[in-house]
Amino acid sequence: MTNQSNRPNQPPRRGPMGGHGPGGHMMQGGEKAKNFSVTIKRLLAYLKAVKIALLLVLAATIVSTIFSTVSPKILANAANSIQTTIMQRSIYEEIEKNLGSVPTNITGEQIYSMLPESITSGLAENMKEALFKVDFSKGKPGMDFDYIGGILLLCLALYAFSGIFGFVQSFVMAKIAQKTVYNMRNDVDVKLNRLPMKYFDTYTHGEILSRVTNDIDNVSNTLQQSLTQVISAVVTIISVTIMMLSISLILTLITICTLPLIIIITMFVAKRSKKQFKANQQELGNISGHVEEMYTGHKIISAYSHENISIEAFDDINVKLYNAGWKSQFISGLIMPLTNFLNNLGYLLICAVGGVLAINAKIGLGDIIAFTQYSRQFTQPIVQIANIINVLQSTAASAERVFEILDETEEVSDSKNSIELTNPHGAVSFEHVKFGYSDDKILIKDLNVEVKPGQTVAIVGPTGAGKTTLVNLLMRFYELIGGNIKIDGVNITDITRSDLRSLFGMVLQDTWLFNGTIHDNIGYGKDGSTQEQIISASKTSYVDRFVRTLSEGYDTVINEEASNLSQGQKQLLTIARAVLADPAILILDEATSSVDTRTEVLIQKAMNKLMVGRTSFVIAHRLSTIRNADLILVMNHGDIIEHGTHTSLMEQNGFYADLYNSQFAGKSDNIA
Amino acid sequence: MIKLLKNNLGKYKWLGLLAIVFISIQAISELLLPSKMQEIIEKGITPGDVGMIISTGIDMLIISAVISLCAVCASLLISITSSGVASNVRRAIFVKVTNSSNNQIGKFGTASLITRTTNDVSQIQQLVVQSRFLFFTPIMGIGAIIMAVIKAKELSWIIAIVGVFLAITVVIIISFATPLFKLQQLKLDKLNLVLRESLTGVRVIRAFNRTKQDQKVFEDANLDLTQTSLKVARIMAVMMPVVMIIMNFTTILIYWVGSNYINDSIISMGQMVAFIQYVMHVMISLMFFSMILTFIPRATVSAERINGVLDSTNEIVDNGSQDSEKLLSGIEFKNVTFRFQGAEQPVLKNISFKANPGETTAIIGSTGSGKTTLIDLIPRFHDIESGEILIDGQNINDISIKDLRAKIGLVPQSAVLFSGTVAENIKYGKEDATQEEIEQAAKTSMAYDFIMRKPGGFSETISQGGSNLSGGQKQRLSIARALVRKPEVYIFDDSFSALDFKTDAKLRAALKSEITDAVMLIVAQRVSTIMNAEQIIVLSDGEIAGIGKHKDLYEHCEVYKEIVLSQHSEEEIA
Repeated sequence: MTNQSNRPNQPPRRGPMGGHGPGGHMMQGGEKAKNFSVTIKRLLAYLKAVKIALLLVLAATIVSTIFSTVSPKILANAANSIQTTIMQRSIYEEIEKNLGSVPTNITGEQIYSMLPESITSGLAENMKEALFKVDFSKGKPGMDFDYIGGILLLCLALYAFSGIFGFVQSFVMAKIAQKTVYNMRNDVDVKLNRLPMKYFDTYTHGEILSRVTNDIDNVSNTLQQSLTQVISAVVTIISVTIMMLSISLILTLITICTLPLIIIITMFVAKRSKKQFKANQQELGNISGHVEEMYTGHKIISAYSHENISIEAFDDINVKLYNAGWKSQFISGLIMPLTNFLNNLGYLLICAVGGVLAINAKIGLGDIIAFTQYSRQFTQPIVQIANIINVLQSTAASAERVFEILDETEEVSDSKNSIELTNPHGAVSFEHVKFGYSDDKILIKDLNVEVKPGQTVAIVGPTGAGKTTLVNLLMRFYELIGGNIKIDGVNITDITRSDLRSLFGMVLQDTWLFNGTIHDNIGYGKDGSTQEQIISASKTSYVDRFVRTLSEGYDTVINEEASNLSQGQKQLLTIARAVLADPAILILDEATSSVDTRTEVLIQKAMNKLMVGRTSFVIAHRLSTIRNADLILVMNHGDIIEHGTHTSLMEQNGFYADLYNSQFAGKSDNIA
Repeated sequence: MIKLLKNNLGKYKWLGLLAIVFISIQAISELLLPSKMQEIIEKGITPGDVGMIISTGIDMLIISAVISLCAVCASLLISITSSGVASNVRRAIFVKVTNSSNNQIGKFGTASLITRTTNDVSQIQQLVVQSRFLFFTPIMGIGAIIMAVIKAKELSWIIAIVGVFLAITVVIIISFATPLFKLQQLKLDKLNLVLRESLTGVRVIRAFNRTKQDQKVFEDANLDLTQTSLKVARIMAVMMPVVMIIMNFTTILIYWVGSNYINDSIISMGQMVAFIQYVMHVMISLMFFSMILTFIPRATVSAERINGVLDSTNEIVDNGSQDSEKLLSGIEFKNVTFRFQGAEQPVLKNISFKANPGETTAIIGSTGSGKTTLIDLIPRFHDIESGEILIDGQNINDISIKDLRAKIGLVPQSAVLFSGTVAENIKYGKEDATQEEIEQAAKTSMAYDFIMRKPGGFSETISQGGSNLSGGQKQRLSIARALVRKPEVYIFDDSFSALDFKTDAKLRAALKSEITDAVMLIVAQRVSTIMNAEQIIVLSDGEIAGIGKHKDLYEHCEVYKEIVLSQHSEEEIA
């Protein structure tokens, strides 16, 4: 229960409806770590930093558990004492009735021999023993309140200490768990910043996000609860066994006998439920997939009147999910009643056998009461451990996914004796560049291009030709397979990445802005820029005018989806950012498909201003840009297939000429 | 929430009620056990009667069997009920969403609708599962109080004191914890946001050398979350020991008071032992009950979100009764004005034009000028405010939506494909299309070549969302889907944007020769795409700024000229 209530609003694992099917964590056995022991060891290594605190937790758990398991046994003495007094009283009354009066200077044994056969024959062993203990000098036996009070006070102290230590344990553990998880999250974030771009191509954002949040969260919950639960479960089992043995061997054996049954049933059910859970997860995945697909395609579905077909398909999956759902729910729900029955069986065996033993004065009544408590305390941690093993499996799987990120190969580190370009001119040369996103799929085989400072390079080609590849190489987001790229004659691998990237300004079609004010977003271009610099950059890039129409001006917060700005305005903001950064080399993307015409004119003007005196690489869509470019790189299927000026390429009459003719020619004359 | 459950229980209502019966029997039986234990003590152990112990033991065995049997039955019934209710609710949402208007979908957002259909329904299902305890614990708790009072009314004042004390403690802790839980979720969302941003912006961050600053933002958010989580964990750390201490102290208190009462012969030993067990039941029930209560707010939020969808009304009313005409006389807009619900300004004002069969009508204009909205009016994705839209001379409101849409082949802005084979996706336009028809459509849409290059050809599987195809390929397939339908009206909503100019030109040429008697409506961004259209409609701020052919418009329409000039340099036009 605590396990559940402690984690409300838990985000779904991997996609909607992910892993938490009915039954929650209880019997979830789908996920397994590939290498359980290695991952757990590694996870424990994370805890090394908090070794002392962990020892404290361990000690507190042990003390708390021992105190709470000892208490019932001590409390039993109070019950025994009360019960003995009750029996003594009843026998005293019996004697009084028989003998008229009871002498004070006599022992229980003497009285016993004086009693008539009719009474002694019916006297059970426990009664006889109680009788022998009666102190007749005090008259009618009364409760030994000093003794009982002492025991109760002792128990009070034990329970209080057990509670305090229990608190210390969870309190310290909370700190340990949170601290560990905090470190883990930071480690992952730092690591992500060091990973090559390739990594972000291979994993979706959702996947990475889920690892940093859900998986780490999972680890945190386990650290917080399961770890101490394991410790206390083990300690409980040991100390309860000792306690039970100290009371009665026979009753202990009875309790332990029910254990294999419980284990067999738990394992039997767990095996079935695993299968059902898998089926359930499968159907959950199917239905999420279908729902996602149909909702995204809603417009098409209604345009083509496919509503009923889509609902029929949904019904199919929904029925399957319903069947898998109740079966998995039911089977995992069987464990509780079944183990409960076995528990009750053990309980009443203890009552019965204990009762007989008590009559024969082998044990006291208080012992039986204590024993019923122990028998419950004994089976509970065993079921608990079985659950924790499941939880640990999924935790290990989560931890493994997190470690996978931490184990990724990082970007090639910056050269040790790096060169700093103090006054960059912006000359760029590609020398025998060979590149592919994977080694077995080479896209650029041997590229040689020379760009002089201040020149404009137009990159053209059909969509999907890999125009951004060049950008990626220039900024060293990816490593070359062969050859060199040089800036002002210096190999880019000899410059630190941060120095290299500070040479460039980027205005891409994918206008990335962050959740912050317009002021901060423009200021992103240059650390510590003043208000004046920002406004002046805004004026150059036509941002100032529209920003001033916003009610909050430069303090307008761009919301999560940046939906409060139009696409064109966003693009202008990224231009302002580049203006502020004042780079030696520019990378521009002209694609403007979703920008309205007036803003488009502004963007074009701003870009033209920005390009003056800088080496510019333009992913070109405009004919004017292409025609006026000093160099045109024609790309297709990821490779640069032609390069030269407009005139020289037209003379070649190759791919470029073909492309140019299909796009613009033949229309140029009838446009006007 | 109650409304939602009531409407969707259906046939599971009786199963649920039966489950409650079983739960009640289970609770009552469980309450008998301590009483039997008392019997063993009083009539068995104290007088030393072994026979009595054994016969009472058998009674207890039977009771335990009944308890477990009831629990199993209740578990089965609850499993079926919860899955059944979830399945009903899920279906209700899905059907509702599927039959909703675009407007309704837009209001909620697709992502939100998906979570409502999946996660929120899971929450409701969880609540139904938990409701077992919601019924069990009060029965158990109240029953235990009654039994405890019956067993030893002299001790009942202890229940009152401890009960109040425990209730106050639990309420205090929960009232501290609940807002923290919410806060924790908020901070987690914030962390997610920060991380998502740095993932989507990874290029920009690196290009601008902002890795360090970005890391700092993450660390701050991380620390913030950690501190809140720590508070939550600490409150929970207090809760368990405190509750345990209260329970254990209660036992000790009962022992002390009890032994005094026994001494004064007010109660018996057996009464005291039974009383202790009942009080434990009361306390455990109270604790469980309060924990279950924390589930309810979550489920309520989910139920509200689900009801939001189920209660939304579709503003498009389908009561067209006339048989649709097959005149092929084109589409006509007569003075059409449209505004989105609650909007101050209409999106489209006084739109009038006629699109003839066999001709291409192009619509161009800047973003936000209302192009997509205009064409969405034709298949009645929205209903107009005033004016009339005629298809084949009939008002589109007079024919059924199904008949209306059967006349239209729509190719939307973003090419949506479904998981399945290439052929299945094309067949989506016409269910009984033959292989020849499919191939013909693929050829016209310039998709044939790339389909044949795929290892599976037309049986090649398309993954969800068409992620194994390029943007251009997806667009061509969605055009093929419209072509196979052979509709009276083609609507291309910026459907050539992902194609390179060469394919774009080839495709349009093929369309021109293939489609001879249908209305072609093309929304485009590129002037070159639509230059040769028979009629170009220039939209500006929801109004028609000009209608005509390219040449006329270039000369006479200022807005059009501006658009042309923004895409083509002066010299190339001259």
